[in-house]
Amino acid sequence: MSRPLSGDRPAIERDAVSKSYGSFAVLKGCTTQVARGEVVVVCGPSGSGKSTLIKTVNALEPVQSGTIRVNGLQVAPRRLRARTGMVFQHFELFPHLSVLGNLCLAQQKVLGRSAAGAERTARALLERVGLAAQAEKHPAQLSGGQQQRVAIARALAMNPEVMLFDEPTSALDPEMVGELLDVMAELARDGMTMMVVTHEMGFARKVADRVIFMDQGEIVEDAPCAAFFETPRSERARALLSRILHH
Amino acid sequence: MDYAWNWAIFPAPSADGTGSYLSLLLSGLGWTLATAALSWGLALPLGMLLGILRTLPQRGPRLACDAYAELFRNIPLIVQMFLWYVVLPELLPEPAGTWLKRLPNAAFATAVLSLGRYTAARVSEQVRAGIESLPRGQRQAGIALGLSPAQVHASVLLPNALRIVLPALASEFLNNTKNTSVAMTIGLMELTARARSMQEYSFQVFEAFAAATLLYLAVNAVDVRAMALAERRLALPGLSRPRGDGHAF
Ligand SMILES: Nc1ncnc2c1ncn2[C@@H]1O[C@H](COP(=O)(O)OP(=O)(O)OP(=O)(O)O)[C@@H](O)[C@H]1O
Ligand SMILES: [Mg+2]
Repeated sequence: MSRPLSGDRPAIERDAVSKSYGSFAVLKGCTTQVARGEVVVVCGPSGSGKSTLIKTVNALEPVQSGTIRVNGLQVAPRRLRARTGMVFQHFELFPHLSVLGNLCLAQQKVLGRSAAGAERTARALLERVGLAAQAEKHPAQLSGGQQQRVAIARALAMNPEVMLFDEPTSALDPEMVGELLDVMAELARDGMTMMVVTHEMGFARKVADRVIFMDQGEIVEDAPCAAFFETPRSERARALLSRILHH
Repeated sequence: MDYAWNWAIFPAPSADGTGSYLSLLLSGLGWTLATAALSWGLALPLGMLLGILRTLPQRGPRLACDAYAELFRNIPLIVQMFLWYVVLPELLPEPAGTWLKRLPNAAFATAVLSLGRYTAARVSEQVRAGIESLPRGQRQAGIALGLSPAQVHASVLLPNALRIVLPALASEFLNNTKNTSVAMTIGLMELTARARSMQEYSFQVFEAFAAATLLYLAVNAVDVRAMALAERRLALPGLSRPRGDGHAF
């Protein structure tokens, strides 16, 4: 699958980004780019730094060195975060608010939208993720798959230019994984720039433009999707692929 | 045991000549309620504020509030009341000390302030623990949406933490009411003190303390109902497990 590459700057540029906790290096000089409208899947063994990698894009995790630009700008963390949506492994919906309240909170507090305007946006997005009927419910009344779709809608309500996903399906029952991946694939089709940490190689194959493979804080492989699956260069990527694909 | 029971003692005029023994006890109850209500009115907002400050990233306020909580939580309440009521006026320079001792209702004011500070320290401990018990992801999710740390605290962490700590706060509320009896030691004529004077005047110790016990139980029964109501009103759909109230279906 190929996308028209626009001539302007990539949506995400990271240059030699390093981060450590004390003496333990979590990211070791990671350099990569994500073009506008591109979908990049990040995979790798547990503890390799995948979550940290995407959390540095919206400055949820500060870095010690290197630069990260979103749409060519090194902006203040708060402005940046309002423009990047993030979806977490454990949904992290706000349990005291209704679905609608979850979608409206930051629209009103961060973007200054009116209550009516925020609600209009929220209802339209709930329609899009197939949850229009659940708007008044609270998170605890929804299934895991529904909660994660609400979380996606909540992020989209901020009109993000980039969406980050940290293992969005790994806390879901198997029968709900498909419906969530469908929502994400549709988002990709609509041209959203996405960075997705996932072990769903089927999704990667179908939707991703590129795959980044991480190991011990380093980007070991950064290749177009087809190339990654057909001719992985690193030993560990080959091992991972054979484990996942031959089961 | 040759104790002469006399339940008819209550309407009898008390030896201090101010009215019946019943009215003696009821005036004690009045001071107990006033002390409990005012000290809780101080402890709840102050304790919540301190509890919140103790979870902020800023080091200065956090350490100051930690110190406050440790100090006031760990010194016995009876010692605190004595320090403020008896020791403080002696330590102050002469005119100020005398002025303090002669203030009207000094025992009442000291009781309210000491108990309020003490309960505030305990409330702050509950609120802090409640906020810290929330999953780290909740904070990250708020921050990732572009909310400021203060907005995350106010709109996300606090409303959830308060629901978690409500049962603990209810028990602090009960403790606060019960602890008003410590004020007897600095001369406040609250319910326990009145029961004691009734015993001293009439020698009907069992009747006096039976009545006091029933009055404390009645007050705390109202407290318990009030907190149960608050818990029910704040319960979240899909998460509510109201206590002592069975299953709805
Ligand atoms: N707050 C922290 N303090 C110290 N070390 C941390 C902290 N957060 C993460 N780490 C370490 O950093 C490394 C990378 O963590 P990260 O969460 O990015 O890995 P990951 O690839 O997402 O793993 P997983 O697949 O298990 O989610 C791990 O070894 C982890 O133990
Ligand atoms: Mg991770």
